[in-house]
Parts: sequence; structure tokens; C-alpha cells
Amino acid sequence: MTEAIAALDEVTPRRIRTKRARTSVFWLSLPLLAIAATVVILPLTGLLPDPNAQDLDNTLAPPVWLAGGTWEHPLGTGKLGQDILSQMVAGGRLTLFIGVVGALVAIGPGTLIGVVAGYYRGWVDIVISRLIDAQLALPFILIALAIIANRGNSLPVLFLVLALTGWAPCARVTRSVAMEVRERQFVMGLRAAGASEPRIVFRHIIPNLIGTVVALGSLQVGTAILVESALSFLGMGVLPPDVSWGAMLSAGQDVLTNAWWVALFPGIAITSVVLLVNLLGDALLTHNDPRKRKR
Amino acid sequence: MIRRILIRVAAVLVTLLIAISIAFALGRLSGDPTASILGPMATEGQRADLRAELGLDQPLLLQYFDYLGGIFTGDLGNSLQFYQPNLTMILDRVPFTLQLVGAGMLIAIVIGVPLGVLAATREGSWWDRAASALALLGQSIPVFWLGMMLVLLFAVQWGLLPAGQSGSVQHLVLPALTMSLYPMAHVARLTRATMSDVLREPYIDAARARGLSAGSIVWKHAFKNASLPVLTIVVLQAGTLLSGAVAVEYVYAWPGLGQLALQAIQFRDFPLVQAIVVFGAITFVLLNQLVDLLHALIDPRVR
Repeated sequence: MTEAIAALDEVTPRRIRTKRARTSVFWLSLPLLAIAATVVILPLTGLLPDPNAQDLDNTLAPPVWLAGGTWEHPLGTGKLGQDILSQMVAGGRLTLFIGVVGALVAIGPGTLIGVVAGYYRGWVDIVISRLIDAQLALPFILIALAIIANRGNSLPVLFLVLALTGWAPCARVTRSVAMEVRERQFVMGLRAAGASEPRIVFRHIIPNLIGTVVALGSLQVGTAILVESALSFLGMGVLPPDVSWGAMLSAGQDVLTNAWWVALFPGIAITSVVLLVNLLGDALLTHNDPRKRKR
Repeated sequence: MIRRILIRVAAVLVTLLIAISIAFALGRLSGDPTASILGPMATEGQRADLRAELGLDQPLLLQYFDYLGGIFTGDLGNSLQFYQPNLTMILDRVPFTLQLVGAGMLIAIVIGVPLGVLAATREGSWWDRAASALALLGQSIPVFWLGMMLVLLFAVQWGLLPAGQSGSVQHLVLPALTMSLYPMAHVARLTRATMSDVLREPYIDAARARGLSAGSIVWKHAFKNASLPVLTIVVLQAGTLLSGAVAVEYVYAWPGLGQLALQAIQFRDFPLVQAIVVFGAITFVLLNQLVDLLHALIDPRVR
């Protein structure tokens, strides 16, 4: 009976409509992200000036479409005459790298911790749940700033911060999904057949979580990019000579009143990339959640 | 019932204890703070004196229990930089941050809730799309960049509002607006989701069948039931806004807790950083408990 109802659900117009919308969102955000990634990864350095090259005769030059702009610096120049376009490309490379690696270092341990708590339950779950709550209660940006102030600015420290502040939300979600998967019949069947616990966890529970984890990972890329930009903006993230979009925003704040383009373009870039990853993550998450899929 | 309450209280205490311990570890991560306080010219003797004064020559475990005991008696230590009790300085700044968070949340609710309701009652309409767009944008824009752009438009370009600092309602507008976007996105999204669930309940059909007006069904019957999750997200967002406040207060030179935290971090004033982290964690956990209490009060099923 319920199957028949589910089959009817399949053909209701609303479901078809939302499914199409979701698929189109997915196929819209994925190629756009791929294009963004390709642009920043391509070896364009030969075509563009060095992002750190100073052109002191051309400081704070406006973009090409404004009076005084030239094709030499299509998006204008910064305080020391650095070419904004090449900074955008170089900064994008580092920003996307930090986003992806920052998400991986948070999602990896987060998933494992969440699965262990959700699968083993009992005191392990109690301890881990308290840890998750405590971590979520701490104002993460202060933790991040304090660690960086202690350990100095460097990429490994940045990844440590992203891991420390990102594992808990992921663990909370994977914990609840693992709790649900462990009650399914095939897990009981495996247990009855004498499969070892690690085997069940690694070969059966985690593969069932992959969809959720990929979606969480995608959302976490957005979070990592936002955290990096906030830290760099506060002078605690990426420092010169390295360039990231967040560091560009920080430089842009000093000259905001007379050269808005320095801060405008990296801000638009961050917002668009985070928006696309969030769209992708949301579409994946909805796709993996049968409860939401019915809507 | 009593057993349940006790378990609850224990869980809260354990969560707080872990959070406080993390904050303590954070303060001790820096190694010897006397080097950065006294500078490179200080002699070893001067450093030893300062270490003794700060209690850093004690065994770590003793320091930890001292610190815990202090928190229970309301003593969060003294600032290395300002030579004042941390708690006094925090409490001096709290009203400013409260103003900012309060005004931001108000804007978020006033815009987010009606938008979410409109989106849920008119699924697929332009309202619905506007709510989705707002929800997505709110989660994707770097808050401080939004702040910069608002300053650029409203203060620099049009000269309508002051660009920074505090003192009047005009000074509050831009920071509060900046602050509101992120929670607004959450509120609109959650209102839409819960409302669209509630509107599919049989009792809504029943109300419709009895000929009640659409307005009465939406606001009196549906929204009343959808308001609980919305209330939860509002209070929880208020708790997490301390993190958001850091960047916003920096952009607008707003003299709140976030600004104090930044100063403390820049001067490596770890006792103060620690105190602010502990203060934030306690506030967050208490707000969480408040939400649960409110749930129990509003919804008899939770009790």
C-alpha cells in the first residue's frame, strides 16, 4: 500500500517540477564552478603581469571602462600599482585551494567522529556529543584568531584552524545519519552473519553516508572560503606576498573611499563562488535526503 | 521528571566544562606570555617576577583549578594590557554588542518572517524565489564585505549615514543592517520550510473547510505552530552572532565585545581573550537552555 502511495508521489506534478529545478541548479552551478577553477588554475601567468609587481606610476588606476582606465590593467590597480586582474587570478587559486583542502580536513575527522558516535552509541556517543556541543558553543572566530596569534600565520595553521572549527557541524549530521543507517535491516543482517564491527562501519555504514558527506563537503568549501576571507581581512590569514581574495579585501578597505574597485571585485568573486558551492551542496543534500526529496 | 532535569543540568555543566577547558588550553598554547609583555630587553629576573605575579610558576593542574574556581566566583582574571579585571571590561562592552545584535535580529525577524510566510503560502511565486535568493545570498556574502559596500554607498557616495563609531541611532543603522543579513537568511529559510510543512497538515484543510479566512488560517493557525522552530533559530543565531560581530564591529569601529577581542588578540592579551571566549560560551549555552525552556512553556507536548 505505502509503495503504491510512494509510486503515486513519483508522478505528482510538484515533485517533477522541483526535481527538474534541483537538477537544473546542479547543472548550472557545477560547470560554472568548473570554469572558475579552470581559469584560476590555468598557467595564465605568462599572459598576465606578476600579481605582486608594483607599478608606482599607475597606483589606484580605475578599471578600463572608467575615465582614466587602460587595457593594460583591465580591472584597475591597487595601492602600489599591482594589477587587480592578475591578483584576482592568483588570489582565486589560493582561495579555492584553501576552500577545498580546508573542507577536506574538517569533513574527514568530522565524518569519522560522527559515525563512531552514531554507530557505537553508549558512552562513546555521550562523550562525543558533549564535545560537539562544547565546540559549537565556542565563538569560533575568536578561537581561530587566538590560535593564529599564537602559532603565527601559515597555511598549515590555517588548515588546523579550519579543521578545529569545522569538524563539529559535520560530526553532528553524520552522527544522526549513521544512527539511522545502523537500524536498517541489512546492518542487523550483517551483524547476525558475524561481520566484524570495523567491517560494518567502513565497508557498509560509511559508503551509505557518502552522498551526505559529499554534500556537507561542498557546503564546507563555502564555509572555509568565508572563514579564510574573514581571517585574512582581519590580518590573521594569508599575508603578502601571497594573495587571496580575502587578503585583497583587506587591502581594499584602506583605499575604499578613493578606489572602490580594489575591494569590489574580490568581494564579488568570493560571494559568487560561495553561492555556487552552496547551491551545489544544497542540491546534493536534498537529493540525498528522501524526506526532503518528497517536497 | 526530576531525574530528567538532573541529567539535563549535568549535560549542560559538562558542555560548559569542556568549553572552558578548551579556552584554558588556548591561553596556555602561547607558552610564556612574559616575553611578549616585557619585550626583548627584559632580564630573566624580571620575567620570573612577572611569572610569579601571574601565577604561571604554579603547576599547570593547580593553575587550571584556580582558573575554574575563579570562573565559579565570577572572577575571569585580569587583563595583561589594561591592568583591569576582564569581567569589568567585558561588561562595559556588552551593551554595545547587545544593541548591535538586538537591532540586527529585529531587522532579520521583521523582514525574514513575513518573507518566509509569503514564500510558503505562494510556493513557486516571485515571493518564493525572493526568499530563496535572500537565503542563499545571506549565507554567501562575506559579512564584512557587505559592511564595506554599505559604507561605500550610504556613507561615502550618498552621505546619508555615518560610516562608523557609535553614539546615535543613525550610527546603528548600517552595522545592524550588515549584521542582519545572515540571520535573516536563516529565519526566512526556516520560516518557509516549517510553514510549508504546517500548511499541509490536515487541520489546515479542516480550517479551510470550516470557511475560515485565509489570513486567519495562515497567521492564527499555521504560523502559531510554525513559530516554535523560528523562535529556536532566532535565539540560537543570537548566540552565534558574537562571531559575526567581530568583523562587523571592526568595519564600523563599533566599540563592542568583538572589537575588545580583536584588541586583546593583537596585544597577545591571552587572559582577556580567554575571558571573552568563556563569556561567549556561557552565554551561548545559557541561550540554548532558554530555548528549550521556552519550548516547554509554549508547547505542552515537549514538557
